[in-house]
Amino acid sequence: MKKDYKYAISVCAGSKCVHLNNELIDIILKEIQRQGLEDQVKVTKSACLGYCEEGPLLVIHPDNITYARVQKDDIAEILSEHIKNRRWVTRLLFHRDQIANSFFPQFGDVDFFGKQYRITLRNCGVIDPESIDDYLAYRGYEALAKVLTVFSPQQVIDEIKRSGLRGRGGGGFPTGVKWQSGHDAVGDVKYMICNADEGDPGAFMDRSAIEGDPNTVIEGMIIGGYAVGASKGIVYIRAEYPLAIKRLQIAIAQARERNLLGNNILGSEFSFDIDLRLGAGAFVCGEETALIASIEGKRGMPKPRPPFPTEKGLFDKPTVINNVETWANIPVIILDGAEHFASMGTEKSKGTKVFALAGAVRNTGLVEVQMGTTLREIIFDIGGGIRDDKAFKAVQTGGPSGGCLPSQYLDTPIDYNSLMAAGSIMGSGGMIVMDETTCMVDIAKFFLDFTQNESCGKCTPCREGTKRMLEILIRITEGAGQPDDIDKLLRLGTMIQKSSLCGLGKASPNPVLSTIKHFRHEYEAHIFDKKCPTKTCKSLLTYTILEDKCIGCGLCKKNCPVKCISGEKKYSHSINQADCIHCGVCFSTCKFEAIIRE
Amino acid sequence: MTPQWNDLASELLQRFGDETRYAIPILQAIQTEQGYIPIPLLEAIASKAQHLQANQLYGVATFYSQFTFTPKGKHTIKVCMGTACFVKGAQQIVDAFKSALSIEIGETTPDKLFTLQTVACLGCCSLAPAVMIDGHVHGQVTQESVAALLKAKGFNL
Ligand SMILES: Cc1cc2nc3c(=O)[nH]c(=O)nc-3n(C[C@H](O)[C@H](O)[C@H](O)COP(=O)(O)O)c2cc1C
Ligand code: SF4
Ligand code: SF4
Ligand code: SF4
Ligand code: FES
Ligand code: FES
Repeated sequence: MKKDYKYAISVCAGSKCVHLNNELIDIILKEIQRQGLEDQVKVTKSACLGYCEEGPLLVIHPDNITYARVQKDDIAEILSEHIKNRRWVTRLLFHRDQIANSFFPQFGDVDFFGKQYRITLRNCGVIDPESIDDYLAYRGYEALAKVLTVFSPQQVIDEIKRSGLRGRGGGGFPTGVKWQSGHDAVGDVKYMICNADEGDPGAFMDRSAIEGDPNTVIEGMIIGGYAVGASKGIVYIRAEYPLAIKRLQIAIAQARERNLLGNNILGSEFSFDIDLRLGAGAFVCGEETALIASIEGKRGMPKPRPPFPTEKGLFDKPTVINNVETWANIPVIILDGAEHFASMGTEKSKGTKVFALAGAVRNTGLVEVQMGTTLREIIFDIGGGIRDDKAFKAVQTGGPSGGCLPSQYLDTPIDYNSLMAAGSIMGSGGMIVMDETTCMVDIAKFFLDFTQNESCGKCTPCREGTKRMLEILIRITEGAGQPDDIDKLLRLGTMIQKSSLCGLGKASPNPVLSTIKHFRHEYEAHIFDKKCPTKTCKSLLTYTILEDKCIGCGLCKKNCPVKCISGEKKYSHSINQADCIHCGVCFSTCKFEAIIRE
Repeated sequence: MTPQWNDLASELLQRFGDETRYAIPILQAIQTEQGYIPIPLLEAIASKAQHLQANQLYGVATFYSQFTFTPKGKHTIKVCMGTACFVKGAQQIVDAFKSALSIEIGETTPDKLFTLQTVACLGCCSLAPAVMIDGHVHGQVTQESVAALLKAKGFNL
């Protein structure tokens, strides 16, 4: 029986909010029963609202009131006050005022949402991702119906071409052009693949997009299948994303029940179905040819292109592979029209981009902005600036394939070309903000360590070259850097860029090259002065006890792992520098600020 | 070869099918159900299958980091080494686990209680540095809280 609810409580069930309070939904349901509100209030689960800092969050519709940091004990009060007495629970309000934003009126007048424009995340946090009815209510599958009834496959491709949509997986290849070659390729079977491998170690856009609105990805793939003439779709998703996998499974099952997947979709001639394949943990499998090898049951190693997957892909059949976010844009382009999409963004990059904003900013989370928004707007307006009133130092985009940009680039309008020109890349959407305490040599080492580990080993420049570069970086951070090390890094880096087979190798030197370009002085300080300016690289720090401040408590002496501190009780202690291993234990144990670290 | 592996091998081939492309789903099922990849089981599968061969299965299993060849400890600790966590000091957290447990990354304690691993981004960057213990995420971990986390899982200092 369909109930006529007056209110809907949408509880954030994103990974972070759930982590903060697993039982919230159960408690809400019990409390609704206890207060006899079953007929009035519906409870839905939403995905990450993108404001995890303030979680657990819940939104009460239709009032559009968001409550933040909701604890178990608050539930009874929220229900009795807000629902029964119609009074907001002020102390828990996320923000009171409202603004009209085309996609997101729900969350109040805060910059975090105000500066965003949501296309791919339009439903995230708004609908229940486990209910296809919710999706349908927000014009879900209307684009598919439109395409099947009034568009020829070629018209769909033309529409996507006119929108200017470029692949969101990192490369930025024009989606319409890719579909055209898939369409033109000859094959009895063709495949559509959704790349949800999301390997960038500091990014979670695709995961949240699927957790928040799996149906839009599915709808995009069906439309793509129709345009290209494919009958099979595969979503390749990381096994580490259990919630996203579950929600996709539910969405696929519900779509099959409604004949949105399967034979003769919506009574048309077109048939299409989607399967899931789980990735097994290899960054290189995000690369399209490696991903295909992995689905075929092989070691995920890239192959030289051409032939491109659109000609000879999965099981040697024509295959179109696109990123999650790319797929999620498709229904919107079809419904709102290519012109609307193309009206947003810059000359060469249209529409919006989702970023996973993290690191040293006040508000971390998922943000979707129009192309052409500046880094400063994202970091300072949406992100609220740098945490703990520290100074901004750099922003990293593109993960292990990208670079670090210093403050003079903050006013760069983001698009594929401008970021490339600045020495970084758009990448898939990881955006890590760093403050003055982050060491740029250490961060370059971190990324290179990652790529070096993930190199599949097929070609020598990538396999051996990254190892050599990593060795040099390690010795620089350990105080054994040599005068020509920077030149060596530049030479090796350029060589690897030129001669690696796949994008992993080609882009692996980027974090090193960009930090040398913008923060060369920091490398020099490590190499020539044997100092780490941010006091990050342990081996370069010296610890000294200040005679006049030490009261001789003996705590440091007791805790030093190599016993290199000496001194009598109640008398000033000293460190034998020759034996010190720079572990910093003494520094953090001394309660009298008698030890200095330089 | 124990009969136990033989039966399981037949059952897996039944469940998934004897084709190259099912190598990874089969290995994933083994990893989930057994907790590791027993080599004799791969041999058992290969001896029954036409298309799936021992060297292919083994080659695939060694390529992907999801698969392990030794049984894991009772509790699995995954320290996030994603960028956001790294920037917020994840290295110190890994070091704290390593020294508390006296094992390296990828190893299991001799009492088979703990396995220590690192992962890239748990998707909870706002909680950085993050650690996942037996599927449950702990946020804003500090060097000091490491001992408490271990103690809660039965670790004796
Ligand atoms: C090392 C490497 C890792 C990649 N990882 C991903 C990934 O995680 N997700 C993704 O969509 N694309 C990834 N790509 C890009 C894919 O190869 C491919 O270009 C993309 O999936 C195409 O979709 P798009 O045109 O919609 O961007 C990766 C490429 C390389 C070289
Ligand atoms: S560049 Fe690296 S990851 Fe890519 S194929 Fe070569 S060795 Fe493998
Ligand atoms: S830094 Fe470590 S090794 Fe050096 S004196 Fe302090 S406690 Fe001892
Ligand atoms: S802990 Fe500080 S005060 Fe105590 S002996 Fe060491 S340096 Fe001196
Ligand atoms: S998980 Fe709730 S706001 Fe991100
Ligand atoms: S980097 Fe650790 S959770 Fe994202």
